[in-house]
Amino acid sequence: MEDNILLKINNISVVYSDVIQILKAVSLDIPEGQIVSLLGSNGAGKTTTLKAVSGILKPENGKVTEGTINYEGHNIQNSSPERVTRLGIIQVMEGRQPFKYLTVEENLRVGTATRWGKPYKKDLEMVYHYFAPLVYRKHSLAGYCSGGELQMLVMGRALMAQPRLLLLDEPSLGLAPMLVKEIFEIVKRINKEQRTTLMLVEQNANMALQIANFGYVMENGKIVLEGDAKDLRENPDVKEFYLGVAATGAIKTYKDVKSYKRRKRWL
Amino acid sequence: MEFFFQILINGLSIGFLYALTALGFVMIFKSSSVLNFAHGGLMAIGAFLFLVLSVWARLPIWLAFILTLAGSFSLGFIIERFFLRPLIGEALIEVIMLTLGLFIMFRGLLLFIFGGDIYSYPDFLPPALTFHWGPIEVAGVYVATFIIGLIFLGLFGFFFKYSSQGIYMRSVADNQPAAMALGVHVRRVFALSWAIAALVCAMSGIVLGIINGINVHEVSDLGIKVFPVVILGGLDSIGGAILGGIIIGLLETFTGGYISSGLREVVPYIVLIIILLIKPYGLFGLVEIERV
Ligand SMILES: Nc1ncnc2c1ncn2[C@@H]1O[C@H](COP(=O)(O)OP(=O)(O)OP(=O)(O)O)[C@@H](O)[C@H]1O
Ligand SMILES: [Mg+2]
Repeated sequence: MEDNILLKINNISVVYSDVIQILKAVSLDIPEGQIVSLLGSNGAGKTTTLKAVSGILKPENGKVTEGTINYEGHNIQNSSPERVTRLGIIQVMEGRQPFKYLTVEENLRVGTATRWGKPYKKDLEMVYHYFAPLVYRKHSLAGYCSGGELQMLVMGRALMAQPRLLLLDEPSLGLAPMLVKEIFEIVKRINKEQRTTLMLVEQNANMALQIANFGYVMENGKIVLEGDAKDLRENPDVKEFYLGVAATGAIKTYKDVKSYKRRKRWL
Repeated sequence: MEFFFQILINGLSIGFLYALTALGFVMIFKSSSVLNFAHGGLMAIGAFLFLVLSVWARLPIWLAFILTLAGSFSLGFIIERFFLRPLIGEALIEVIMLTLGLFIMFRGLLLFIFGGDIYSYPDFLPPALTFHWGPIEVAGVYVATFIIGLIFLGLFGFFFKYSSQGIYMRSVADNQPAAMALGVHVRRVFALSWAIAALVCAMSGIVLGIINGINVHEVSDLGIKVFPVVILGGLDSIGGAILGGIIIGLLETFTGGYISSGLREVVPYIVLIIILLIKPYGLFGLVEIERV
C-alpha cells in the first residue's frame, strides 16, 4: 500500500544561535492518517524536531540551515508559527503550558485563533466529549487544574484548531500510569475518529509503540533506527534501551533517567 | 455631607478616567513587556486632535469625538508597526528609550504647532447634565466623565472577558510561547494593545482638557500619573489597574477637598513611594499561581 505522505522532513540540520548544531541530516516521513512516534533519550533532539516543523524554532533563535520540510506541497522550513498553524499543523508543547489565568473554556477558545470568527461551539462539544473531566472545570482557572486535567486541556486546545497534523510532545510526562493509558487511548480514538495525523514524541516507548504505526529512534540529533512499530517493539536494542528490558534482565527504564524532571501529579 | 458626596462623585469619575488609561498601559505591558513612557504624549495628541476637529474644523462634537478616537486607535497601530516592531527582542532599556523618545517627539511636535498657550473646547456639555440633588451639585463634566468611564470600562471588560480577540490578547499576556504555538498572531496582539492604549489615552486627554484647559505641557505631564496608578495596582493586573485608578482618583479629590488643593497633585506620588517601599509588586499584583 502506497501511503500518502503528509509531512516529509528531508535531511534537515538545525542550528541554535548560529553555532550550536542540534540536528544533523534528519529525515522522516509522516504518512497521512497515521501515528508516527519519535523516541529517544534526553537531549536527543526530539523537541527540536517538532519545533522545526511548527515554526517555534524561530523565536528561540534556532534555524533550519539545510534540508527541507515539505507539507502538502508547501515548503515550511523556517516559516512562522502563524503560517504553519494556519496550514493545519499544531504543536502541543512539552511540559503542558496552560494559560494559567484563563479559565479552562477560555483556554480552549484560544485554540480557535487560526480560524477567528468561525463558529466553534461544535468543536467545544467535541473536546468535552473526548475529555469529559474538563466539563466540570470549565469555569475554573487553568492554573488550578491537576496535571492530568492540564494534559487534557492542552490537547483539547490543540484540537479546537481542527489540525490535520498534531505534534504531541511527551503527553505522558509525570502522569500516573492509569492516566497515561487513558490519554493514549484518547489519542488513538482521535486519530481514528477525527482522522488526525499524529507525530508523537515520547519517553514512554512502550505505550507509544502500542498505538503508533511507525517509529523513529533518535540519538544525538540523528535518526538511528526506524521501522514499523511492531518490529521496533521486538528489536533487541529498543527493548534494552527504551522498553526497559535489558539483556541482563535488569530494569533500566527511562523513568529513572528522567525522574528529576518528573513532577508527580495525580488527577 | 453634601460636600462629601460631591467629592465622591468627582473622585470616582476622575478615578474611572485614570483606570481607563492605566488599562491601556497595563495591556501593553502585559502583552509585550513594554513600559510605555509615551503615555502622556498620546493623551496630549488626543486632546489636540479633538480641539482641531471640534473648534477648527467645526465638526459636530459627537463626530469630532468619534474621529478622534478612531484616529488615535490608528495612531497606536502605526506606532507599534513602525517604531516598536523593529525592536522586538531588543533589550528593555532600548525599548524604554524609544517610548521616551516618542514622548519627546510628540510633545515637540505639538509645541511646534500649538505653542505653549492654553486652549479650551467650546462649552458643548448640555447644562442639563449638571447633577442637582438637594444642595448637592456635580458639574456636568464630572457627570459626563462618570458615564463615559463606566461605559468604556464595561465595554473593555466585556471585550476582554468574552470576545475571542480579547481572549487571544489575554493568552499572549499569560503565556506567549503557548499562544504562538496555537497560531495566535502575537504581533497583531501587540498592535491591538497599542491601538487600545492610544484610544483610551485620547479619551482621557479630552476629558482632562475639558476640566483643566488644553495645554501641551499640562496634558502630557498628566500622563506620568499613570505610574502611581499602575504601581499601586500592580503592573501586570488589569483588575488592579482599574482599582488603582479609582483609588488614586478618590485620594486626589479627597485630599484636594479636605486637606489642601496644593497637596492634591502630590498625593499620588507620595502613595507611589510608600507602595514601592512596602509592596513593590503593587497592592493587587497577580498572585503567582504555583501548583506542584
Ligand atoms: N534554544 C536553544 N539553544 C541552544 N540549545 C538548545 C536550545 N533548545 C534546546 N537546545 C539543546 O538541544 C538539544 C536537544 O534538545 P531537545 O529539547 O530537542 O531534546 P529532547 O530530545 O526533546 O529531550 P527531552 O527528552 O529531554 O525533552 C539539547 O542538548 C538542548 O540543550
Ligand atoms: Mg523534549
